[in-house]
Amino acid sequence: MELKTPLYDLHVAAGGRMVPFAGYLLPVQYGTGVIQEHMAVRQKMGLFDVSHMGEVRFEGPDALKNLNHLMTNDFTGMGIGQVRYSPMLNDEGGILDDLIVYRLGEQKYMAVVNAANRAKDVQWMKAHRFGDCAVADVSDDIAQLALQGPGAKALIQSLTPADQIPQKYYWFTERANVGGIGCLLSRTGYTGEFGYELYVKSGDAPKLWTMLLEKGKDAGLIPCGLGARDTLRLEAAMPLYGHEMDETVSPLETGLSWAVKAEAHAFIGREAMLAKGAPRTRVGLKATGKGILREHQPVYKDGLPVGMTTSGTMLPFVGAPCAMALMASGSVQPGDAVEVDVRGRMVGAEVVPLPFYSKAK
Amino acid sequence: MVTPENLKYSKSHEWVEFLPDGAARVGISDYAQHELGDIVFVNLPAEGDSVTAGGRLADVESVKAVSDIFSPVAGTVRAVNPDLENAPEAINQKPYEAWICEIEGLGETEELLDAAAYQAFCEEAG
Repeated sequence: MELKTPLYDLHVAAGGRMVPFAGYLLPVQYGTGVIQEHMAVRQKMGLFDVSHMGEVRFEGPDALKNLNHLMTNDFTGMGIGQVRYSPMLNDEGGILDDLIVYRLGEQKYMAVVNAANRAKDVQWMKAHRFGDCAVADVSDDIAQLALQGPGAKALIQSLTPADQIPQKYYWFTERANVGGIGCLLSRTGYTGEFGYELYVKSGDAPKLWTMLLEKGKDAGLIPCGLGARDTLRLEAAMPLYGHEMDETVSPLETGLSWAVKAEAHAFIGREAMLAKGAPRTRVGLKATGKGILREHQPVYKDGLPVGMTTSGTMLPFVGAPCAMALMASGSVQPGDAVEVDVRGRMVGAEVVPLPFYSKAK
Repeated sequence: MVTPENLKYSKSHEWVEFLPDGAARVGISDYAQHELGDIVFVNLPAEGDSVTAGGRLADVESVKAVSDIFSPVAGTVRAVNPDLENAPEAINQKPYEAWICEIEGLGETEELLDAAAYQAFCEEAG
């Protein structure tokens, strides 16, 4: 039986097509459709309900040590108001989840985890907790909205005192007043565009959603669903748990070495990860033949199997079918021709550098 | 939901137009295109392919998924719609003009509904 976010009724009233996702009912699209919703984010702005995500609080003198022990990234020196991304590994060096950590105070942090992994993550975090640190799952009290697109800057400026708006990517303000509603406002997102994520008390979510849509309407703000969320992140080559990574994939194999600080401190899975190294590499593919590349399709070079796609679709802004794939390291480089087995039919593709799209500077 | 009177419909949401020369033209209904969402690719059969009534004829891809199209009639594919290669979204915009293929040498047909019965069938499906 799926759970509803606080915005369920609003989605249905707006024509949202509700689907089960990670144990929740969420809109995959509205009447506008995935392509229009995707383009709205690239050209104007879109609003997403991401309340299904999990939030886990770490608090106490040993909070930092616990985070550094669990995560591959190094949180030492992260300031209050900063956010940092990290994979979290199991003992074998495989990825349990990828998440972001907010530093709320001297000894207070909040990890934001994938909805589908929330129960697993919380159990793991509590099982490996040590010292003077409380670990609490606060997901049910917190709702989250994502406002993404070039128009988001002006909209938030019109609603929020200037000194409460985070000025840099991966920074946040814990107590921001956005259009009269208190929320945590962060410069983060999963679309490859300028944007914000807003965390509010669950009870305040409907009025924040409604207020933003109303104030942003004239500048082209529309609600967007999971379908567009996936095409946007794929176009920006952002990995998705369960696709570009899972418990059998090392962060070194899937383009996440930048979030791994193996020399900084010991963390769970470090030795196994270092021993495994990177037998695979994440690459981009763009179809040259006729067909749409999807996930879990074998990739061949000169007739030999070299890897498997992890995600794929017709990318709306780029206008071509593209996929990400995990390939044997060294087997291909950008410009190489490969073939993808698309449901029994070989479709030609070219290896291309990632990301497929990056926003104009 | 639009349901032209002059066409017949299958329960898997294909429409059929029986042409004066004895061949059949096939596409998908307004209900089907709406359910699928934005169509970005059509995997067409080849001219000369034989098809069976209720057998797989083609598939249509939306951003999120691939959906099979079933042939309402048995026969041989005599033509496929060339416009669908570069403009698959025509199926969303004009589902009854953006035909998928023409089939000749007709044999068996599936159970086909007239416009009123198909409309009622869709309403029941919700």
